[in-house]
Amino acid sequence: MTARTVRTVTATATALAALTGAAACSAPGGDGDGDGGTDSVTIGVAQEPETLSPLLGYGREGNSKIFDGLLRHDADMNLKPALATKLPEISDDGKTYTYTLRKGVNFSDGGPFSAQDVVFTYRTILDKKTNNPYKDDFAAVESVRAESPSKVVFKLKYPYAAFAERTIQPIASKAIAGTASNNDINNGSYNTEPVGTGPYTLSKWRKGEKLSFKANPHYWGGKPTVKKFTVAVIQDDDVRATRLKSGDLDAAILPPNLAEPYGNDGGKRVIEARTADYRAVSLPSGNPVTGDRAIRRALDAAVDRKAMVKGILGGAGRPAYGPLATDHAYFAKGTERSRDLAAAKKILDKAGWKPGDDGIRVKDGRRAAFKLWYFSGDKLRKDHALAYASDAKKAGIDIKVQAGSREVIQPRLKHDPMLLGNGFPPDPDFDMYPALHSSQIGSGWNNMAFYDDKTVDKALDEGRQSRDEKVRHRAYDTVQRELAKNPPYTFLTTIDHVYVVSDKWKDLTTQTEPHDHGIGAGPWWNVQDWQPKK
Amino acid sequence: MKRELTARPAGRRALWAPAARLVGRRLLAAVPVLAVVTFGVFAVAAASPFDPVQQYAGSAGLNASQETLDQLRRNLGVDGPFPERWWHWVTHALSGDLGDSTALRQPVSQVIGERLGWSVLLCAAGFLFAIAAGTALGVAAARRRGGMLDRAVTSVSYTLEAAPPFWLGLLAIWLFAIQLDVLPAGGLTDTGSDAVTAGAVLRHLPLPALVLGVSQVPWFLLYVRQGVADALDEDAVRGARARGLSERTVLLGHALRSGLLPVLTLVGSRVPELITGALLVETVFSWPGIASATVEAATSTDFPLLAALTALATVAVLAGNLLADLLYGLADPRVALEEM
Repeated sequence: MTARTVRTVTATATALAALTGAAACSAPGGDGDGDGGTDSVTIGVAQEPETLSPLLGYGREGNSKIFDGLLRHDADMNLKPALATKLPEISDDGKTYTYTLRKGVNFSDGGPFSAQDVVFTYRTILDKKTNNPYKDDFAAVESVRAESPSKVVFKLKYPYAAFAERTIQPIASKAIAGTASNNDINNGSYNTEPVGTGPYTLSKWRKGEKLSFKANPHYWGGKPTVKKFTVAVIQDDDVRATRLKSGDLDAAILPPNLAEPYGNDGGKRVIEARTADYRAVSLPSGNPVTGDRAIRRALDAAVDRKAMVKGILGGAGRPAYGPLATDHAYFAKGTERSRDLAAAKKILDKAGWKPGDDGIRVKDGRRAAFKLWYFSGDKLRKDHALAYASDAKKAGIDIKVQAGSREVIQPRLKHDPMLLGNGFPPDPDFDMYPALHSSQIGSGWNNMAFYDDKTVDKALDEGRQSRDEKVRHRAYDTVQRELAKNPPYTFLTTIDHVYVVSDKWKDLTTQTEPHDHGIGAGPWWNVQDWQPKK
Repeated sequence: MKRELTARPAGRRALWAPAARLVGRRLLAAVPVLAVVTFGVFAVAAASPFDPVQQYAGSAGLNASQETLDQLRRNLGVDGPFPERWWHWVTHALSGDLGDSTALRQPVSQVIGERLGWSVLLCAAGFLFAIAAGTALGVAAARRRGGMLDRAVTSVSYTLEAAPPFWLGLLAIWLFAIQLDVLPAGGLTDTGSDAVTAGAVLRHLPLPALVLGVSQVPWFLLYVRQGVADALDEDAVRGARARGLSERTVLLGHALRSGLLPVLTLVGSRVPELITGALLVETVFSWPGIASATVEAATSTDFPLLAALTALATVAVLAGNLLADLLYGLADPRVALEEM
C-alpha cells in the first residue's frame, strides 16, 4: 500500500459518497424561466406552512393561491362570491345556509368541480379522525349536504351570523384527496401535492427552501399576469433582509427596524398592513390581585399604550383598548382611554390598596404583586411585558415578568396572567366569543381571564345569533363598554405587519390581517391581480 | 518483477478478508447500539416537557377548544408508556414502515428521501474542502514552524474553532453575496427558478459548503501540522534529507505520509460535529436538507421522525468510524484490522 493508493481509496470513497448523495436527489422538473421581470414574483417569508391541504387547515384565512373558497374577501374585507355564484341564502331562523355553485369550474388536473367536493371538504374537516386543529371554525355546523350538483346546504346547530365568513375555507378535490389509494388525509400526498381550483398551481415545494407556484392557465377568474410566484422560506430576519437587498427577493415581510432603511430607497417601497393582531395581558379572575376590579382598572389607566407603539413597534401599530382594533367596523367609539397615572393611583387608594414600605401597594396584608408570563423566544411579547411591568410599578403594582413554554404556562393560566396575542378580523364574534364568554372558561387557551359576566354573555349570544346589523352593533358596543368598566384583559397594542416590495407593480393593497398569518397575508394576498407599472 | 505481480493479488486478498470481517463485526455491533440509542431518544422525548399535541397544533392550538385538543391527543397516539411505543416503532421499522411524521404531515421515509441527498451533498463538499484545505495549510505551516504563515494559520484556527457556524454563515453572506456579489445568498437554485440544474447547484453549493468546511478546517489543520511537524523530526526524515532527497519528496513522500495517520482517525470522529454544523448552516442558507426537519422533529416531539433521524445520525457516525479504521488499516501495515 502506497500513500498514493491511500489517497485514491480516500478520494474514491468520498466521491462515491457524494455521488450516492447526488443520485438520491431526484432532479425535479419545473420550468426554468429567468427572473427579474414583472411576470414573476419572489417573496420571502419566515414560516413555512406545515401542510398545503385545506383539509388540515391550510388557507383557512383565505388567499391560498392554490384553492378557492365558496366565498372570498376583497381588499376591504367584504365577502364576495368565489366558487359560489352569490352570497348564501340564509333561512329566517339563521340556521340554514344555501350556496349556489359556479358552473364549469375545473380543478387544475382537469377534473370538474361540484357540490360533492364542497361536501367532502367540510365533512372531512369535521370528521373526528381528521387532525385539523382549526376544526372549531366549523363547530356550528350540524350537517352539510349536496342538494344538487350545484347547490350545497349547511344546517347549523344554532343561528350563527358570522358563519358565511367561515366559508372562505378552501375547497379540496374529492377525486384526488378522497380516493381509496390516497385516503390518508393526515399524512397523505395531498399535503404536499395539492390540487385545487385556484389561480396558481404548485409546481414544486422543496421543504425548508421554497414553494414555487405557476399561474393556472385555465383559472375561471382569468389567467394571472404574474406567471410565477415563488415563496422563499427564510427564518432569520437578518438573512431575509439581506436577500431582499441582494435582489434575490422582490418582496419580504420584515420587522419595522429592518424595513426602515427602505423608506428612501427608490426601487423599493414599504407597505404597512393594518391588522387585527393585538397584544394583551390576561388578568385571571381566580387570582385575588388580578381578579380585583380596582387593580384591573388601575392597570388599564396606568399603562402607556402610545409609548409602547412608539418604543416597541417603532410606530408600526396603534394602541388597543379592546379585542377589536380601533379601525374595526364594530369598534365602540368612545372606549379609547388615555394614560392617567393619577387616576390609577386614586382608584387604588379608594379601594384600600395602600402603598407599603417598598412602594408596592398592600390590602388586607396582600401585596399587589403577580407574575406575568410570555412565550420564551417571543421578543415582541417580552418587550410588551417588560413595558407593562414598568408602567404598573409606577402605580405601585409589582409584576414579575417570566418566560415559559406553552407546557409550563398552560397549567398556571388560572392563577397567573399571560401576555397573549390574537386577532382574527372578519367578524367580532371570532375574537370576542372565545376570549370572553363564560362557556369558554378552561377550554384550551380560550377565556384565559376566566371571565364570567352575565351582561357580556348575553350580549355575545345576541351578537352571535342576530343578523340585524343594528342589534349586533348594540351588542358588541355593550361588550366593549363592560370591558372598559371591569377589564379582564389589559389590551395594549394592535401591531402592523411591515412589508417591503420592489416598486414594479401598481396599486398594491393589503387586507386587514389576522394574528396568525400564512402566505395569504401581505401585499401579495391578491398576486393573481397584480399588474406591472407601465 | 514477476514475483511482485503475483504477490500483489495475494496481498490484497489478505487485506480484503480482514476488512470484510471488520465490517461484519461492526454491523453486528451496530444493532445493539442502534437499539439503545433509539430507546434513549424515546425516553428523552417522553421526559421532555414538550406536549406533542400543542406542538402539532401550533398556533391553531391556542384557539382550539379543549374537545378538539383531546381528540387530537387520541388521534396522534401520543399517550401510553414510551417503551411500548418504542417497541411499536422498532417492529414497524424492521418491516420497512418508518411511520408518519406528525410535525410534517408526511410519511417519515418521504421526509428523509426528499432531503437526505442534499444534506449528504453539502456535508461531503464541506468535508472534502476541510480535509483538502486543512492538509495543505497544515503541511505548509509545519514546514516552517514559528514562521509567519504558521503563526497566522494557527491563530486563525483557534479563532475559527470558537466561531459558531451560524455567525460564519451570516458573515459569508454579507461578504460574498452583498459586498462582492459573486455568490447567491441561499437556496439550492436561483430563488425564481425551480429547475435543479447542475450549474445552479454548483453556484449555490460553494457558500454553504465553504462555511461548513471552514468551521471544520481548524481540526484538520492543527492535526496535520502537529503530525507533519513531529514526522519532520523523525530519523527517517532526517535520513531522507541526508540522502539528499528533494525537499518536496521529503515533505510529501515521507513526512506527510506518516503525519497523515492521526488525521484518518479524525475523519471518523469529526462526523458528529459535521452533522451539527450542517444543521446550522442549512438553516442560514435555506438549504433544503434534513436540518429543518430535525429541528422540527425535536421541538415537536415527533417520535417517529426523531427516532429515524437519530438512527440515521448514529449510522453516519458508526460508518465514519468504520471508514477511518479501514483507511488506517490500509495505510499502516502495523495495524491489524483483526484487532479492531
